[in-house]
Amino acid sequence: MLEVEFTHILGGFTLDIAFSSGGGVTALFGRSGAGKTSVVHAIAGLLRPRRGRIAINGAVLVDTENRIFVPAHKRRIGYVFQEGRLFPHLTVRQNLLFGSWFAARATNAASRARFDDVTALLGIDHLLARRPRRLSGGEIQRVAIGRALLAAPRLLLMDEPLASLDATRKDEILPYLERLRDHGRIPIVYVSHAATEVARLATTIVLIADGRVQAVGPVAEIMGQAGLYPLAGGFDAGAVLVARIVAHDPRWDLSELEGGFGRLVVGRIDLPVGSQLRVRILARDVIIAGERPASVSSLNVLTATVEKLVAVGAEAVEVELRAGTDRLLARITRRSQQTLGLVPGRRVFALIKAIAVERRSLGHDATTDFAADAQIFEG
Amino acid sequence: MLQAEKYPARLRRRPPVMTHLFALGPEASAAIVLSLRVSFWAMLCSLPFALATAVILARCRFWGKSLFDGVVHLPLVLPPVVTGYVLLLLFGHNGPLGRLFATIGVVFAFRWTGAALAAAVTAFPLMVRAIRLSLEAIDRRLEEAAATLGANRTLVFLAVTLPLTAPGILAGMVLSFARSLGEFGATITFVSNIPGETRTIPLAIYTLTQTPGGDPAALRLSAIAVLLSLLALVLSELFARRLSRRLSGD
Repeated sequence: MLEVEFTHILGGFTLDIAFSSGGGVTALFGRSGAGKTSVVHAIAGLLRPRRGRIAINGAVLVDTENRIFVPAHKRRIGYVFQEGRLFPHLTVRQNLLFGSWFAARATNAASRARFDDVTALLGIDHLLARRPRRLSGGEIQRVAIGRALLAAPRLLLMDEPLASLDATRKDEILPYLERLRDHGRIPIVYVSHAATEVARLATTIVLIADGRVQAVGPVAEIMGQAGLYPLAGGFDAGAVLVARIVAHDPRWDLSELEGGFGRLVVGRIDLPVGSQLRVRILARDVIIAGERPASVSSLNVLTATVEKLVAVGAEAVEVELRAGTDRLLARITRRSQQTLGLVPGRRVFALIKAIAVERRSLGHDATTDFAADAQIFEG
Repeated sequence: MLQAEKYPARLRRRPPVMTHLFALGPEASAAIVLSLRVSFWAMLCSLPFALATAVILARCRFWGKSLFDGVVHLPLVLPPVVTGYVLLLLFGHNGPLGRLFATIGVVFAFRWTGAALAAAVTAFPLMVRAIRLSLEAIDRRLEEAAATLGANRTLVFLAVTLPLTAPGILAGMVLSFARSLGEFGATITFVSNIPGETRTIPLAIYTLTQTPGGDPAALRLSAIAVLLSLLALVLSELFARRLSRRLSGD
């Protein structure tokens, strides 16, 4: 349990942050310059807030009223920096062991076992003798994650660990982060301005804009809210659904998913039937129909109820839909809203193209078992 | 020419190879050996002070810092004779610091230790500068990273800052050594020109040029001085390259 509550002034910028989060991945989500990095700096002890209190599992790290400020090196909080920050004069192995030199917590045999676990989990066993300069960007970040983990932290902070990587490298690291989350022993605070990463990894989202927390909640709830756009920056809005694979259709190379929203047909997913997934459906890929369409190319027609409408810009409207127990998000023009007569409470049909569900948007859900996980990395 | 009888007994007892180093004659070889010894100790003894001063200048902010910075750099711009004279006043037989050190058995006046002190003081700013530049070039975010991994300030300094400063420290040591080899003004003012005790290479060359018929010997010694300086620079370049390769991970 992480409790954060502080105010701080940086230049002319005021931070006023308050949230608490449990296990899993807590994503600090918001546009660049919103103050996210300052929040993790305060948690790590690299920034001393003017006023406030920060505690983890009841242990107080900062309490300005009682003049408590635990220095960074005594906090046992792992920090994965955006640029890796590996020590250039040490090998990968020495970098990984850096934390354990100063933490005489584990016995030798026990730490050895953990070391092997971590390097295997991150796929860096073959890099141990190298120096950081000889690593690719993705490898640097994996070593940085391993280094933070091996310092036996009680919390892991990750500040945009993928921001400096290209799309291929991102895809290379995301599965490791999912594994880390699903192993579930260390809570993670993950800073990002990228909606795709957050949708895939987060358990809880803390939305930060202009130095303030704008919303806190489970990932599906926050991502399914209309009108986040102006707060979180120019990202593609889209709801996050949790679904299970119920069937594969080898004839057409399709897979069928089931969730609280109903059923959804998407392009074939190479996972066994029964695997649990996270699917992100972009608001612009959802079409709204007033009546059940008779013949359309779209394979998915979900019954839904309009819950909320939020104007986005001059011409568009974001529509929050309730489909079964889940929430969907659609972005349509104001003209279409007028023509269809969309108001809260109206029953509509949401059309989703099977092709629109991008392979890249598919993440594993926390409940996914590890065997299923392993397959997707090898495939 | 200088006469061998003037030399202390211990020099005359040395085996021929040592006294006639490269067939230069006892005076010249004594000057070379003395110069190397003086420069080595000057470099080694000033290292911890230079490192501390560099850390203070690169990392600390305090009232009067510019004044401190100025005092540290003073020997660089002061006439060496003035430096030597100040040393004589402070560390001479009757100087306050000289008397203080005498109580623990260290005498500087008219001894080779004094020559080393003069060399150390005049070379000090160069060493500080090299180390300070290297310190300031360090990415301090690496130190933050080390702190989040559980290292306190001392350990961060030892495990991250110091190894990353190593090239600068090495450069500073070589500069100091080379500068010490060439020290003349402060040395001759402070500890005079005593053969076998304070007559380093520059002083020996000076003496030879003042002696009728000393020119060939002066020329030979000058050549040696050039060689030694060159050797120091080449070695330092080699070390620095190897070190930076190791540090950057190539």
